[in-house]
Amino acid sequence: MPTRIIGHVKRVNGPVITVTDITDAEMLELVRVGEEHLVGEVQKLNETEATVQVYEDATGLCPGENVYGSGSPLSVELGPGMIGSIYDGIQRPLEKLEEASGTFISRGLTFDGIDHTKKWHFIPTIKAGDTVNAGSIIGTVQESETIVHKVMISPTASEGVVISIVNEGEYTVVDDIAEISQNKSTDLKVQMLQKWSIRIPRPVKDRMNFHAPLVTGLRVIDTLFPLAKGGTVAIPGGFGTGKTMTQHAIAQWCDADIIVYIGCGERGNEMTDVLREFPQLIDPRNGKSLMERTILIANTSNMPVSAREASIYTGITMAEYYRDMGYAVAVMADSTSRWAEALRELSGRMEEMPAEEGFPAYLATRIAEFYERAGLMKTLCGAEGSVSVIGAVSPPGGDFSEPVTMHTKRFVRCFWGLDKSLASARHFPAISWTDSYSEYLLDVKGWWSKKSDDTWFQNRKEIMELLQKEGRLQQIVKLVGPDALPDSQNFILEVCNLFKNAFLQQNAFDKIDRYCTVEKQVKMLSVVLTYWHRGNEAINKGVPLVKLKRLKVVQEISRIKFTISNEDIDQIDKLELRLEKAISSLGGIYED
Amino acid sequence: MKTKNADRRLLAGREYLGASKIDGPLVFMKNTHPVGYGELVEIIAPDGSRRSGQVLETSDEIVCVQVFEGTTGLNLPGTGAHFMGEPLKLSVSEGMLGRVMNGLGKSRDGSPLPQGEFERDVNGEPINPTARVYPQNFIQTGISVIDGMTTLIQGQKLPIFSGNGMEHNELAAQIAKQAKVINNDSDFAIVFVAMGVKYDVARFFINSFEESGVIGNVALFLSLADDPSIERTITPRTALTLAEYLAFDKGKQVLVIMTDMTNYCESLREISTLRGEIPSRKGYPGYLYSSLAELYERSGKIKGSEGSITQLPILSMPNDDISHPIPDLTGYITEGQIVFDRSMHSRGLYPPINPLPSLSRLMKDGIGEGMTRKDHPHLSNQLFASYSHVQEVRNLASVIGEEELTSIDKQYIKFGNFFENNFISQGSDENRSIEGTLDLGWKALGYLPSEELQRLTEEEIDEYWTEADD
Repeated sequence: MPTRIIGHVKRVNGPVITVTDITDAEMLELVRVGEEHLVGEVQKLNETEATVQVYEDATGLCPGENVYGSGSPLSVELGPGMIGSIYDGIQRPLEKLEEASGTFISRGLTFDGIDHTKKWHFIPTIKAGDTVNAGSIIGTVQESETIVHKVMISPTASEGVVISIVNEGEYTVVDDIAEISQNKSTDLKVQMLQKWSIRIPRPVKDRMNFHAPLVTGLRVIDTLFPLAKGGTVAIPGGFGTGKTMTQHAIAQWCDADIIVYIGCGERGNEMTDVLREFPQLIDPRNGKSLMERTILIANTSNMPVSAREASIYTGITMAEYYRDMGYAVAVMADSTSRWAEALRELSGRMEEMPAEEGFPAYLATRIAEFYERAGLMKTLCGAEGSVSVIGAVSPPGGDFSEPVTMHTKRFVRCFWGLDKSLASARHFPAISWTDSYSEYLLDVKGWWSKKSDDTWFQNRKEIMELLQKEGRLQQIVKLVGPDALPDSQNFILEVCNLFKNAFLQQNAFDKIDRYCTVEKQVKMLSVVLTYWHRGNEAINKGVPLVKLKRLKVVQEISRIKFTISNEDIDQIDKLELRLEKAISSLGGIYED
Repeated sequence: MKTKNADRRLLAGREYLGASKIDGPLVFMKNTHPVGYGELVEIIAPDGSRRSGQVLETSDEIVCVQVFEGTTGLNLPGTGAHFMGEPLKLSVSEGMLGRVMNGLGKSRDGSPLPQGEFERDVNGEPINPTARVYPQNFIQTGISVIDGMTTLIQGQKLPIFSGNGMEHNELAAQIAKQAKVINNDSDFAIVFVAMGVKYDVARFFINSFEESGVIGNVALFLSLADDPSIERTITPRTALTLAEYLAFDKGKQVLVIMTDMTNYCESLREISTLRGEIPSRKGYPGYLYSSLAELYERSGKIKGSEGSITQLPILSMPNDDISHPIPDLTGYITEGQIVFDRSMHSRGLYPPINPLPSLSRLMKDGIGEGMTRKDHPHLSNQLFASYSHVQEVRNLASVIGEEELTSIDKQYIKFGNFFENNFISQGSDENRSIEGTLDLGWKALGYLPSEELQRLTEEEIDEYWTEADD
């Protein structure tokens, strides 16, 4: 517990306190406020006064109480033991908090972010005499069933020579495992544990160009609006449009190595749901529990607002740490609007001049800084690692022109807009095909071409054009009814309808449909387009639309997602052949 | 830490006379001993009467106190204050069931309240997500559109978004009367919270509880329209403190009905404006979301206790606008919403619930085989999809006329009418079983051709679907 007194409480206004008689406090220094040692952070310094933001409920705090400095900024502990944990916004393990204070979270509790006493089986990968650098990997630890934790030298260290390294064996995260001579007066002692300030991005060697998509198993995302590994995306939607459901689905099935799920100001029961569900779900790629690759950060809506503000940074710092080992990490932030509102609340309490809708003027900068921490990187150890950020946005009233959505759109390159009317019709995922976009199409084109015999880009373009046409036709139908349209146009409606039902909609609770492989997506899209091409030819030859509609095989297409599993997608080829045969055997209106 | 508390308790005996400023419900005192944030204050009016207040802001120069009973009759030199050295607490006991209390938990009916078992801080503490139990038990309300399409789950917070003049009170009373968990007869209790509603409304609920004979299991916290508006900000906290005690200490199934949340938010705005805080949307303070979350999140189930808190907050949407900050922020915190529709109300449908914008987020894990019936998930999905299409068809019909519709669309119109008049609409004392509700849903689908039912499996269609005679 820090004992250096840096000042005294002068004024308490909710989570923002003014501290007077400041001696040597630093900006963003972690402090302990009052005799209950509430966690706080220095936000402003002004002559002898400081403004401190408190991460816990300030009830009972009095003017005159001491404020203790810690000498370091708000940081997280990084090392083996994070995977599978659930933390609050400032990296206190919730399970430990439960042991200490029961069902309800009491104040002033302090815990190490990772267990300092647990022993890990460390295997060195270097030997004495080797030259190492900042970020070099010196050994490994099997952290969970699926994740090999790579122990690295601090990214701020300079080049040096290994004097000694321990043998393979059991060590805690605070044991010295290596000693490195750096041409300085003292040698560097290395532990598995690293501390890193949450507000500072961890350094990398270089940024790289995107080349592969983050495969989510959701058809509308992968095929129509792909996200690159290392990319950023916003999911805005009013309440009830399925933001959280979409985030959960991605967290469950996407092909990232590690998931950091940040529940930022959301519902307590939702986090409980994740805690209950994830350990039971099986990763389709390795057959292990999904919890073996997941870190959860839960700062629910009724937990202190400043910790909500910090939770986003805590999460992304952990993500960067695993990225530095060469992993592909996906960060889900649900929801960034709550984080922005926390900024607004704190800014209001600090009596700053507001900009739009009461948000502080630095909102855009903060959003930009956060999303810029994503990327596909050449890490310090030379590996390729990525952090992809999937940020949910909760616009008030579902209005996308509000400040948080607007500013977020400026800094993300992919946008999955959720549509209220789709959600009311229980069309999930309710990702609108008219509002959404992805700027990563060209980046991932090469990857998709290999997977789809060069058809993806063209097919995607074709179906998007059809959907656009359908949108315009729907306007007409709204005025005159579908019967007024010729068969050729009605067929567009028919194909798009099939595409929406059979392809875009995906049932997250169905055992087969909840995860769709890329190969299955390619084939499903191709079937729908075959129906479009052959059907269109038939209609041009004079086959009436009703005959096409009545085809039994078309019904089967709409059920492919439920009936044909990811393993026997050859069935789809057969279905496609039957479809072609069925259509070519159709005759004109008077033939039969 | 001990010494500090002792010091403060010592100082708590001191009485300060003379306020430096009074503004609305806020009293500012200067030259006091260091006062804790959120501390309970006893204000002594010049006539000797005592009122309760809470410290909103504290500094070494000035302390800002909000007075729950209002500041009428206070003057600057004659107003005294006792700082109690601890936050506002409620003395909780089972004896509060069957009693009427004010917003601070003090007796409203004249006779004293029984000695409490514990003293609890009314602000509560956040429930650790790891200590929660995921709510999964289906509550049968006997109301088809809720049971069938926006199922209520034990431990859920499901608000009713209504508007002035619609039957939200009737619906809440009906739910309170009929709600039951199938195969579970554990103890239940109702905590009723009135914030700024008229006396008639409170009377209506009391009568309804008396009629159904449950009044002995109801604790009423009334802060009515003519009580000081500031009291409303503390009323739900007091009531939820009792609810937590009943549920988590005593293992009861607690249903909390809170009406009207809009008045709570108005009071927050009032205080915020008086303090000169920077407003966010429509003048509401930036912390409205956090403040509402502190209330709504005090629900659910926890490990190690049989009990649960189910919240049924009622809020009237100003001008029927669902994007107004109050319903909007509420919807982001609660696990779904039940939305009333003015046009259904004017067509005489009761309950006027529009299922399309309504939602129950916990429904997915509380229905289906072993809980309600195996066809329930797909059936409700199908009803949503079909009813949503009915809206499109009706829009079309209003342009081109019903006669011009295709035959399938005409069937949709028939389905829509049957669905509204027989499935959604029901009597205010009609209690339908879940099987009855589901069968009725299938009957409605009978008006549609089976090819249109793409959300259902073929087996389900074979087992339950029959074409309507008409």
